Amino acid sequence: MEITLKVNRREVSADVEPRTLLVHLLRERLRLTGTHVGCETGYCGACTVHVNGTAVKSCTMLAVQADGADITTIEGLASNGDLHPVQEGFWERHGLQCGYCTPGMIMSAVALLDANSNPSEDEIRHGLEGNLCRCTGYHNIVRAVEYAGAKMRGEEPPPPDWEVSA
Amino acid sequence: MSTTSVLGGIVRRREDPALIQGTGAYVDDIKLPGELHAAFVRSPFARADITSVDASAALAMDGVRAVYTIDDVRDLGPLLAQVPVGALRPLLADGAVHHVGEAVAMVVADDRYVAQDAADAVVVEYEPREAVVTLKDSASDRVKVNDSLESNVLMSWAGPFGMEPDQIAEVKAGIDAGKARDDVVVVSQEMTNQRLIPVAIEPRAVLADYNAGYNSFNVWSSTQMPHALAGAVATMFGLPTTSVRVVAPEVGGGFGCKLNVYNDEILVAFASRHLGAPVRWTESRREAGNSTIQGRGWVATATLVGTRDGEIVGYELEGLADMGAYSQNFTVAIPFLGLFVGSGQYKMPTYWKIDCVATNTATTDAYRGAGRPEAIYYLERIIDMYAREIGLDPAEVRMKNFVPAAEFPAATSPLGFAMDTGDYATNLQALLDHYDYAGWRAEQEAARAEGRNVGIGLASYVEVCGFAPAGLADLGFSWSAYGLPTAFNGSGVVRVNPDGTATVVIGTGPSGQGHQTTWAQIVSDQLGIPFENIRVRHGDTAESPMGVGTFGSRSAAVDGSATYEAAARVREKAAKIAAHLLEASEEDIVFADGAAHVAGSPDSSVPWADIASVAYQPHKLPEGTEGGLETHVVYSPANATWPFGSHLAMVEVDADTGNVEILRYACMDDCGNVINPMIVDGQIHGGLAQGIGQALFEEAIYDEAGNLLSGSLVDYPIPTAGDLPAYELARTTTPTDINAMGVKGIGEAGTIGAAQTVVNAVVDALSPMGVRHIDMPLRPRKVWQAIQDARG
Repeated sequence: MEITLKVNRREVSADVEPRTLLVHLLRERLRLTGTHVGCETGYCGACTVHVNGTAVKSCTMLAVQADGADITTIEGLASNGDLHPVQEGFWERHGLQCGYCTPGMIMSAVALLDANSNPSEDEIRHGLEGNLCRCTGYHNIVRAVEYAGAKMRGEEPPPPDWEVSA
Repeated sequence: MSTTSVLGGIVRRREDPALIQGTGAYVDDIKLPGELHAAFVRSPFARADITSVDASAALAMDGVRAVYTIDDVRDLGPLLAQVPVGALRPLLADGAVHHVGEAVAMVVADDRYVAQDAADAVVVEYEPREAVVTLKDSASDRVKVNDSLESNVLMSWAGPFGMEPDQIAEVKAGIDAGKARDDVVVVSQEMTNQRLIPVAIEPRAVLADYNAGYNSFNVWSSTQMPHALAGAVATMFGLPTTSVRVVAPEVGGGFGCKLNVYNDEILVAFASRHLGAPVRWTESRREAGNSTIQGRGWVATATLVGTRDGEIVGYELEGLADMGAYSQNFTVAIPFLGLFVGSGQYKMPTYWKIDCVATNTATTDAYRGAGRPEAIYYLERIIDMYAREIGLDPAEVRMKNFVPAAEFPAATSPLGFAMDTGDYATNLQALLDHYDYAGWRAEQEAARAEGRNVGIGLASYVEVCGFAPAGLADLGFSWSAYGLPTAFNGSGVVRVNPDGTATVVIGTGPSGQGHQTTWAQIVSDQLGIPFENIRVRHGDTAESPMGVGTFGSRSAAVDGSATYEAAARVREKAAKIAAHLLEASEEDIVFADGAAHVAGSPDSSVPWADIASVAYQPHKLPEGTEGGLETHVVYSPANATWPFGSHLAMVEVDADTGNVEILRYACMDDCGNVINPMIVDGQIHGGLAQGIGQALFEEAIYDEAGNLLSGSLVDYPIPTAGDLPAYELARTTTPTDINAMGVKGIGEAGTIGAAQTVVNAVVDALSPMGVRHIDMPLRPRKVWQAIQDARG
């Protein structure tokens, strides 16, 4: 089936099988491999992208369902070489280790902050429950989102809380 | 003057810019022209004979290139294992299957969807047989797990280590005699340390490309041990190791589950050679439960004998550990790592015996901590029960029984191991003081007065890591099975390039630990070359002269030490050249800020680029100096390192639902000197999450027929952000005397420390109701049931 959609501000067309998943269209046809696959149950969130501005797990969506949609992947988040504040937050606050969940986690965090510009720690934790990370224990992901939220509000981010010594 | 310091420098990670922008390449992100996709036909039975395999329908499908069975690959032999005790895994099932998910056939097709369709079209006929699933059933040898086994009990690890059986029996007899004293209590409990699925978020993936002209392989694999894999491929195909290049690109988490050579890695290499095209396979999450190793899986009884005033007279642990159906890389060696730390931080007669038993389930092997979390769990749970029994504070009981600081360095543990450095009492006191333990108890009292079930858990741990001392190579701490008969050496190459930048090549196989950053700090500190001018490379066997990989919290202590020494030797040579250029004495040369300086003469300096330029123009060098600025150091430590620490948790249990909430989690870890506190803290955070995950949520559940009931992330709940608290971290610093940097290792400490801390806290919360123990995971239903049972 022929579909046309916008991906990272560029219009693309593709001929896909009806069963082709959106994540496979992105990764294997468009070679946007920053969007990862971590499970096949829509549970881990590594495949999260934005579809028409909403965070969507792209392994649970068929490519044909994205016909006509406007999609943003991790590769399209930075603009003109400037990192998005959430990307910057993850770097500044050690919000990633292996990096595999990171693109999906960042896309979810961007959607979270778009919906709530000043979330509490609890709201951040529950807002990211659809994205699994096995490396960080989430502590620094929460700090990264707090950093980004402050930046996006034009405030000074809270200082890092790693300990040097007791 | 230098831009970073070995001790305590916080530097943003070099790895991150690619990873936060989606440009880091994991195996499944790499695409080769003409690549084919593999899929596996897997057994639905835990134990069955195979009567037929019919691939005709699959082979007739468009785009299917081949279907392989054991008849195609039997000549390669079974999968190599570093410790080959027990049944070895045939590359594909050979007439019988021994666990659910065992690979029976491999399909290769043009496309991953077609490969999966074709795998579904392969018809296998089975004659089911009785499966052995539980440990006690296995140990009885009522039914054999595999016809080739003489006994399901594959081996036994008993201690004290290094003693003859009759000497060990004497230790046991001494403890038994203590039980008869009239001034002691004997506390005993059988406990399960349940099987876990590692769940790296990146599933395993492998891509192999055979080159007929060179009769060589390029293999990309999501592995923690690229050199061992290269050695295994070479050995199994009868090639020299120079004919196999393995690249571990970005690796999306490992936690031990990628510390294995897997049959799929060998099989895609075989298919690539057979079909003359690159072949890839990427694991699905559902098959990962059975196609990747699992961890833990012990049932054991801990018994503690102690006086009523808190002096421990003896400790025993006896039980069974689950090996699964086939032995792979380390499998039966994992409980040995538990023996190392079986007596924890304490000075007390200790008897320890774990039997390794096979079952018709997926293979077990190293999962973060690997034997050590199990050993510490039993010990710290039974000490907690003992403290409760005699009515002493759990901190006080621990303090009374620690190995005294005066016995270090090289204190001999009751189980016969020399521990490098330690100061356990200082560390525990720091925990109690820093977090105001008395205040926590007061808060608990106040909560209880309001009817809230608040509990506090305390637990102390030692870890052993930094493997391996050369003397242990003969015990299997080597990759000899894979044609690389080395000790588990550290490997570091430091090369200053002609432009004054430095390239560092290390033998590690990181999966998120930030080695590019930490190693650049080590070298920058040694050479005074700016951090940003140092490039660290790892994971490519064509670049690194040798490498053991990353596991067992070993990288910084072993490969880091190799790199530290290599940089020091490069500095010595560069100092000679700089002295020559500056007409100064070699002893007066110091390196900082990208240049060599003459001490005491601020105007006299020469930048690294000039030193390097001369190094690569030998005619300009002082007479007798060889060209180049490069050193490779192979480092073998004199001993393992022994980090330690104590943790505190405060939990609240909802008695109506059984739900456990962690209110606070606080650590006092001691991993020796710290190179990058940000990265070290991150390692602790992640380790804690996995330990808490075991305590509260995770369990690989098999039914009586050997079906894995919790193989997807829906059934196997790893913690989410909402399940976990913010962690409170602090540390004491007791450097090791084993290596020059004084670093011990931190990758597993959080996991080793956490599970029993949480369980101790939950039991503390429920002890007024009479709850004494609950086996992990402490899911609400189980906790609720324990409350009902206790209330009668």
